[in-house]
Amino acid sequence: MAQLIKGETGEWEMVIGLEVHAQVTANSKLFSGASIEFGAAPNTHVSLVDAAMPGMLPVLNEYVVEQAVKTGYGLNAQVNQTSVFARKNYFYPDLPQGYQISQYDQPIVGTGKIEIDLPDGSVKEVGITRLRLEQDTGKSVHDMHPSKSYVDLNRSGSALMEIVSEPDIRGPEEAVAYISKLRMILQYLGTCNGNMDEGSMRADVNISVRKPGDEFGTRAEVKNVNSLKAVHQAIMFEAQRQIEIIEDGGEVDQETRLWDPNKLETRALRSKEDAHDYRYFPDPDLLPLELTDELMERIKSTLPELPDEKKHRFMESFGLSTYDASVLIAEQSRAAFFETVAEKAGDAKLAANWVINELLGALNKAEKDLNETPVSAEQLGQLVARIKDNTISGKIAKDVFAEMMETSKDADSIIDEKGLKQVTDTGAIEAIIDQVLAANPSQVETYKGGNEKLLGFFVGQVMKASQGKANPAMVNEILKKKLDG
Amino acid sequence: MTELTNLTIATALEGLKNKDFTATELTQAHIAAVESARDLNCFITETPEIALKQANEADARYNAGTALALDGIPIGMKDLFCTEGVKTTAASKILGNFVPTYESTVSQKLWNAGCTMLGKLNLDEFAMGSANTTSAFGNVINPWKPNDGSNADLVPGGSSGGSSAAVAAQLCLGATGTDTGGSIRQPAAFTGICGIKPTYGRCSRWGIVAFASSLDQAGAFARTTEDCALLLNAMCGHDPKDSTSSRQDVPDFTATLNDDLKGKKIGIPKEYRVDGMPDEIEKIWSQGMEWLKDQGAEIVDVSLPHTKYALPTYYIIAPAECSSNLARYDGVRYGLRETGDDLRDMYELTRAEGFGEEVQRRIMIGTYVLSAGYYDAYYIKAQKVRRLITEDFDKAFEQCEALLTPTAPSSAFAIGENDDDPIKMYLNDVFTVPTSMAGLPGMSVPAGLDSRGLPLGLQIICKAWDEQTVFNVARGIEKAANFTAKPQILGLSRAA
Repeated sequence: MAQLIKGETGEWEMVIGLEVHAQVTANSKLFSGASIEFGAAPNTHVSLVDAAMPGMLPVLNEYVVEQAVKTGYGLNAQVNQTSVFARKNYFYPDLPQGYQISQYDQPIVGTGKIEIDLPDGSVKEVGITRLRLEQDTGKSVHDMHPSKSYVDLNRSGSALMEIVSEPDIRGPEEAVAYISKLRMILQYLGTCNGNMDEGSMRADVNISVRKPGDEFGTRAEVKNVNSLKAVHQAIMFEAQRQIEIIEDGGEVDQETRLWDPNKLETRALRSKEDAHDYRYFPDPDLLPLELTDELMERIKSTLPELPDEKKHRFMESFGLSTYDASVLIAEQSRAAFFETVAEKAGDAKLAANWVINELLGALNKAEKDLNETPVSAEQLGQLVARIKDNTISGKIAKDVFAEMMETSKDADSIIDEKGLKQVTDTGAIEAIIDQVLAANPSQVETYKGGNEKLLGFFVGQVMKASQGKANPAMVNEILKKKLDG
Repeated sequence: MTELTNLTIATALEGLKNKDFTATELTQAHIAAVESARDLNCFITETPEIALKQANEADARYNAGTALALDGIPIGMKDLFCTEGVKTTAASKILGNFVPTYESTVSQKLWNAGCTMLGKLNLDEFAMGSANTTSAFGNVINPWKPNDGSNADLVPGGSSGGSSAAVAAQLCLGATGTDTGGSIRQPAAFTGICGIKPTYGRCSRWGIVAFASSLDQAGAFARTTEDCALLLNAMCGHDPKDSTSSRQDVPDFTATLNDDLKGKKIGIPKEYRVDGMPDEIEKIWSQGMEWLKDQGAEIVDVSLPHTKYALPTYYIIAPAECSSNLARYDGVRYGLRETGDDLRDMYELTRAEGFGEEVQRRIMIGTYVLSAGYYDAYYIKAQKVRRLITEDFDKAFEQCEALLTPTAPSSAFAIGENDDDPIKMYLNDVFTVPTSMAGLPGMSVPAGLDSRGLPLGLQIICKAWDEQTVFNVARGIEKAANFTAKPQILGLSRAA
């Protein structure tokens, strides 16, 4: 579902590659023991190494390495048994060492691929080029003083995974779907919390435009794109800008641009000529990183079920639609909740309907998260089971559910207390039907005259007379027999 | 009582144990010596109060019978080692009045062994130099004078020139140094003392201001082989804070110090006979071979074919690493900061003002060899040659247990003599650089005097982790050479 943009000279295709920086979930930084807790007072989580004091040396955090390996497997990627840390040299006040320890031509994770789910229900594969393990920088704060900049080194040296995609993405919707899926995978793995608001996940967008079927155009790299909304906006803006340049007879410059979320535009940061020469070279303070077979095997064998696997299992084992399965697997906790409901209910499809349409709908309305639900998975499972075993109708079940949301009571106790148990006794139903037919002679006449649409009217009357408790299937069957017979 | 500053570490420990004198007396004698020899400019910072406090504690331990391995031994600390609460300069203006809040692993180990710190020793700026003339705190003067009556001031070698001069002038019983391409061995040779650079990875680099990470290694200066072994015992060992420090066991180097060289094969690398090498160097080298033969060793010819590439290769790799290691001195967090109109201006003014000429030269060379388009031709090529140099040594050590070479191509030269010609200055390290490139242990021992009455050293090189054989062969040379000459100033100032 490549999205095309109509220009004056015809339709244009966007070619997009994403570079996502994901902060590794860990207790300490990539090469130091300092904490990475978010929101601490400035410069309180800074070790001597993070501040690049003279004579300080990096020591690799082994847990972070395991997290990167786990992520590699989660991205269906090649995990490299030997990788090398390299220094990327440039000067900036929030880069205390004067270089960032990253990886260059020997990253810990090589090529992989993930499946993205598009809004029209289709699925697309996006290639992963590599994953590098690297240090984050500190933060420069320019707006606290008229002439001075402040530097906060709390983030300095935190571990990032730089995950680079192939230029397989063809529009803003695919880009958003890619980041969402990537985030989901990282969250499933527990290797990044995916929180874009706190900067735990940040994206740079490489984008060019071309006429469909043409060679790739010249790309611009757009930085500072830090929300899904911004990804969408920045791509649309930048694509339009490039199309206008080309259609006006100009050429797109290969450059780095910055997304301005206030003005909703990209602007040039530096041109190719001004591009830094980072002078990468292997960091002589660190030995090459060698992964043991044992470590790689252990991580591989303890991987959780990943979103796509789960989705396919839900579709195949439970017969769910792609849409339902995608909604349910969006969060690990949601999928687990659903599986409990389904097990209790004995009907996965019905359980999926109830979780998605009723529970998530109601929670959404109440602006609550699933972990704040007043109705537990076991309780919802019991309710669905009562529909399944004909104790109550789906309609009554909605009333019961509404009360459960209010009171957190079990479905069975509400059904008992309110006497909502469905009437399945043929005699009792026949009696009600007889009353209804007797009370509506003209409608009976019309029905018998050939207007069979009136069956619905009679069903409604019977259900009303039974206060909704009559089994609807039986009501239908008996009514038909009586009217047609 | 014997002159306390004339002792070796071993004899001083003996005297302390026997209560012939106290650690305080020993330290006081050295503090006085330091004060009387300020014109040599060996120390950047003197720390007599710290030394006396440590000596006092050492005395308490001697009295309690709980003395440590080197208790009460006064030493000097090269001012490249970060020392908690004591200004650490790396002999550069860029560090300003930097006072570390932490102690380097190696210096901490020496204090843990009971040494007392007389002060921080002068060096070439960031350990870049071979004459100790690049220090922002002025050059160091070699205590030795030529016998030609000129009374010219000579260099003490570099970069650890403060260390070598201080030990030779008997201002301290031993000193630390660091050696990246010869910065311990060449100064030791120039000042007639012993200096050992152990295998790369033996000593932790944590807390040592970095020059070239893949080459930097701490080591020791002292007046005897045994004293060097004593110091190294305390300095070596794995440090989890340095990923390149080795987990190899550290033997007690003095326990097995053994000068029985019977049957030992000593290799003589033919490529070390360089063009224009003074006859006197050639002579002392041959003399060294004779001494070892006399003690039963077998001399074998070996070849290190890539030797001639070692120096150019070193001057790619070391500057490359230095250009990156010194990027942190940017005026932002500590050290010197010049005020500029904007950030770039601040960086440029700070680094132009803070770094001396030689450091700037190496930063520029290093930046150049790492830059796009040159990286493969210089840095990658240099790394390949470095591997070949290492393989040369591996092959040579299939034929012998130790190599004997001159330490430096000349004796000490006059201050200012090579300053206008960096290449000539770099040639000082022609015999020491290959060992550094291969990460091997090397040591210089004094072997004799040249015709101008200046000391000459011989270098012993062994395979990685075999410092013991280095010490054993050095001991053999030491015994045969019986080098008792002293710098003239000792005679002038003290004999009277």
